[in-house]
Amino acid sequence: MTPQITAFCHIKKNQVFLNGKSIFSAGSEVDMREFVKSAFRNTGTKYPKFFKMDDYSKLGFLAAEVLMKEVDESTIEDKSTGIVLSNNHSTLTTDQLFQDSIQSDEAFFPSPSVFVYTLPNIMAGEIAIRHHITGENAFFVSSAFDPDWHTLYINQLFESKKVSACLSGWVEMDDQSLDAFVYYVEEANDQRDESMQHTVEKLNNLYKINDK
Amino acid sequence: MAVRFVSSNIISSLGFSTEENFQNLLLAKVGIQTFNDPLLYPSPFLAACIHQAELEERWNETNQKVVIATRLEKMLILSITEALSKTKIDISSSRTAILLSTTKGNIDLLNPIESIDPERLLLWKLGEFIGHYFGNPNPVRVVTNACISGVLAINTAAMMLKGERFDHIIVVGADLVTRFVVSGFMSFLSLSQTPCKPFDRDRDGLSLGEAAGTLILEKTSFPEKGDILFAGGATANDANHISGPSRTAEGSVIAIQNAMSEAGFAAKEIDHINAHGTATRYNDDMESIAIQRLGLSESPVNSYKGSWGHTLGAAGIIETATLIESMKTDTILPTAGFHTPGTTEKLIVTKEPLSKPLNTCLKLASGFGGCNAALVLNKK
Repeated sequence: MTPQITAFCHIKKNQVFLNGKSIFSAGSEVDMREFVKSAFRNTGTKYPKFFKMDDYSKLGFLAAEVLMKEVDESTIEDKSTGIVLSNNHSTLTTDQLFQDSIQSDEAFFPSPSVFVYTLPNIMAGEIAIRHHITGENAFFVSSAFDPDWHTLYINQLFESKKVSACLSGWVEMDDQSLDAFVYYVEEANDQRDESMQHTVEKLNNLYKINDK
Repeated sequence: MAVRFVSSNIISSLGFSTEENFQNLLLAKVGIQTFNDPLLYPSPFLAACIHQAELEERWNETNQKVVIATRLEKMLILSITEALSKTKIDISSSRTAILLSTTKGNIDLLNPIESIDPERLLLWKLGEFIGHYFGNPNPVRVVTNACISGVLAINTAAMMLKGERFDHIIVVGADLVTRFVVSGFMSFLSLSQTPCKPFDRDRDGLSLGEAAGTLILEKTSFPEKGDILFAGGATANDANHISGPSRTAEGSVIAIQNAMSEAGFAAKEIDHINAHGTATRYNDDMESIAIQRLGLSESPVNSYKGSWGHTLGAAGIIETATLIESMKTDTILPTAGFHTPGTTEKLIVTKEPLSKPLNTCLKLASGFGGCNAALVLNKK
């Protein structure tokens, strides 16, 4: 049976949406990085480490934080919950930041706390620590959010019994804009809404649901 | 339905084919040497680099299309070309897909190179370039999951073959020794002062290496005797720390358990383990704990990183390609750099080549972000 999407979160244009409804926003004059920080404070979660993360991890972590409030975490079988994420730029903004610190021999100050964030799966690691998720991990890079690949890969993980739930999505950012669409998929269950099956069409619809 | 490995290539400091690399590893040769190149790092450092003149020579012979490529792209294209030349597989078929494994791709393009499209700094654009070069009609999927990228890409390829769409997956991976990567690992104080010494009492860090590798996987209903098959694979997260492994080896244990359960083998059936074996204190101790916890301590363990260093996104691919050769010849390779045992839990680490029937083997990998991967190979 096709697994089902049980919650989804969008973050873009200085707005946070949960299951399609706006739950937090800031004016367009607010810098997107400041917006991410205030949206995180708004979740009520106290997690000082958040403020030490790079911009990509902050965005992915925020999206996961909003999403996981919808999931009864006591029901998570941590060993069989996966995290599968993707984006376009890998960690390019953070890569540039690290490169600036090593560009010349005169101003050579490489920092391990910047370097570690030049791997996109660190975001998954941060989410895994916060929500005690120890199952399958994968990070993919593509030119745009790819529902075809996400459904192929994740449904196969379910079929081969490697996961019973999966936090998945697209966490993208460049110098000008950000776009996160993170969702939770669980094993199909009779009580669940059948219209929320993890299919290409459904993902396409949900991804665009807040485009107005 | 089974998935078998039909061809491979390795381009590293120790050669330009799987066979050449295997022979050099059998002799425990070491490709790691001192470099004094201020463009790469302000002071001398150790690394295992690909022979530049030979790379260029091979590129000029191969590149009949007169494409302008970066060093990394040359490595990737040469690696696929050589692996493919030993098969009859049609790379331009819609039934063939390419999976690319890399951590940093063309990261050196942060300083643009004339005549190279700066967009190829983007990993998907790099994938697209490789796909176009070979006229492959499918999107090139890019896996970038720190140091487990290579093993994860192989697991992903096997999973893709379980579906209906593909007959062959070409898994290719590469990473470079760049100023970016050397400075980063230096800042972590994780590089060894000498060629790295996996699992040794006196190990003091890793050595970086550059490499490209290719593995071609095929779906078959009729595996033949002697074929090396993909039997199972899994990944898991420690959920513990982003830049250090778990002290209890939590994620590695889960990944190995799940891979072995998919493969349907018990601990006593594992003939040999090719570990991640970076030669950092924490990694090698962690792996010894995972191996002990799962009752695998009787299986001889080795690491190839003492020979060609840690090749990041290529590591899982070239190490699996070598493990496959090892299984075909029933020979466990030595661990260059290892002399005296010194891990938290006792391991049997091979110093010399060891002849032994190798029917079922385990490949391990771990990386930043708390990620771990395991892969089980089986000989038909």
